[in-house]
Amino acid sequence: MERIRVIFKRELAGYFATPIAAVFIVIFLMLSGAFTFYLGNYFVRGQADLVPFFDFHPWLYLVLIPALAMRLWAEERRSGTIELLLTLPVTMWEAVVGKFLAAWCFTGVALLLTFPMWITVNLLGEPDNGVIFASYIGSLLMAGGFLAIGSCISALTKNQVIAFVVSVVICLGFILSGFPLVLELFSGWAPQFLLSAISSFSFLTHFQSISKGVLDLRDILYFLSLIAFWLFATATVIDMKKAE
Amino acid sequence: MTTMVEINNLRKAFGSIVAVDGVSFTVGKGEVVGFLGPNGAGKSTTMKMITGFLTATSGTVRVCGHDVQDDALAAKTRIGYLPEGAPAYHDMTPASFLTFIGEMRGKRGDALKRTISETVEKVNLQSVLDQPIETLSKGFKRRVGLAQAILHDPEVLVLDEPTDGLDPNQKHEVRTLIRAMAQEKAIILSTHILEEVHAVCSRAMIIAKGKVVSDGTPAELEGQAPTHNTVLITVSGVEPTLAHDRLMMVKGVKKIEEQGKDGDRVRLRIYSDDGQWILPVIGQAAREQGWEVQELYQDRGQLDDVFRLLTTPQQALS
Repeated sequence: MERIRVIFKRELAGYFATPIAAVFIVIFLMLSGAFTFYLGNYFVRGQADLVPFFDFHPWLYLVLIPALAMRLWAEERRSGTIELLLTLPVTMWEAVVGKFLAAWCFTGVALLLTFPMWITVNLLGEPDNGVIFASYIGSLLMAGGFLAIGSCISALTKNQVIAFVVSVVICLGFILSGFPLVLELFSGWAPQFLLSAISSFSFLTHFQSISKGVLDLRDILYFLSLIAFWLFATATVIDMKKAE
Repeated sequence: MTTMVEINNLRKAFGSIVAVDGVSFTVGKGEVVGFLGPNGAGKSTTMKMITGFLTATSGTVRVCGHDVQDDALAAKTRIGYLPEGAPAYHDMTPASFLTFIGEMRGKRGDALKRTISETVEKVNLQSVLDQPIETLSKGFKRRVGLAQAILHDPEVLVLDEPTDGLDPNQKHEVRTLIRAMAQEKAIILSTHILEEVHAVCSRAMIIAKGKVVSDGTPAELEGQAPTHNTVLITVSGVEPTLAHDRLMMVKGVKKIEEQGKDGDRVRLRIYSDDGQWILPVIGQAAREQGWEVQELYQDRGQLDDVFRLLTTPQQALS
């Protein structure tokens, strides 16, 4: 645990030592604001909630999170520091979890900085703050899911561009897996239970159910087990590919 | 001598390519072992398996009695490793980088500070401690890598090309540092520079195509050179053919090669039967003939020649 903390600290400091932190946070805040007010018709709706704000999070994450995750392992492999890191007295899972937690915490900071939105809605009306709180939790969990996928893809390649593009496609698949676009690929030949399994993998379904204000354990478990699975895959991929 | 590193029949295959093929050796405390070999011979792969970065296809590595695979953490705490190219997190400064490494090695507070300042002094990093590593010169980057490897005063030190890219002064500093640490540690280093073997290694190991083809002291290696114990003589005032014929009559001389002519000076390399000590008799013969001897010495043999002989198949056959 102690070594996870040391890796976590170094990684997190790394975001702030480079322009990554500033660029990511500014873009995230600008885009989330723009989406909410222009595309989400925040004022026109005349309702005191943050639904238009959270509705765009999956799409915002789709582009921003793979950009954050692409360097996680690809950079270590390209610069050779992976050899340094993994020959320190640390286990593979400590390294994978430490780096992941730092990236997750960083997106948490970005998310936290959207607090003026919450304040605004409280000034304008009387929103259900429980729902907003749940939505924040849901958004953070979803960000973790995207990051874990990105972490695994980043471990597959030294090339950050490839890591980014592939992560976006896979994340898109997870967002859309409840939609006809994906389901129609399977309907017709796949059995019904597989179809419902695929649609139950949708980030959107789980996120939307949380952002209705219901922190259902199943939704939380969904995201946590998804993260665990992809981090496990990350460790496996690193182990397989570290010779290259 | 305490055995620190024990390698037994180590093998690593990448698909159908065998990078390391049945390497076995032990390294004791106080030894500095130099890995020599052409690029792609398996030096780095062997080092990566010793440090536990790569998993061996078969065979075992034990560091201070701990298997690097089954008891990885215990083995890793005892190893300091400088990977090829001295990688480091480039957005960090040497100070923050060494703090990170120290914390990963379990050091905290004052002990950590003391260790870092001692190590920084050893490798002369004081002047650049707070500059980002990416802005440092190659020599400084290498020293940062060396500093992280020796930070926790490890019992076993594995250095992959520690002096690569350094200028002669820096090379000298690094070699002095390695020699100073040698007593207390087992050190394995790889190098392309054969003079380095003389400068720091107590033992040299030549690796070719994944196998150890020679293992001995630098002097023993030189003994395998074709020119080992040959005598070089430069005389003036005599025809080369005449000099050749006269010297062939000296007892113990097997073969004479003309090495070149410069004005009336003739340079000859004289091979003896079975590597006999023929320097005095050659000198005597030259004086008796009344030749003017410009130069007369015994060649110990060149490591380069041994290296080529052992690592290029064509020459090994002939």
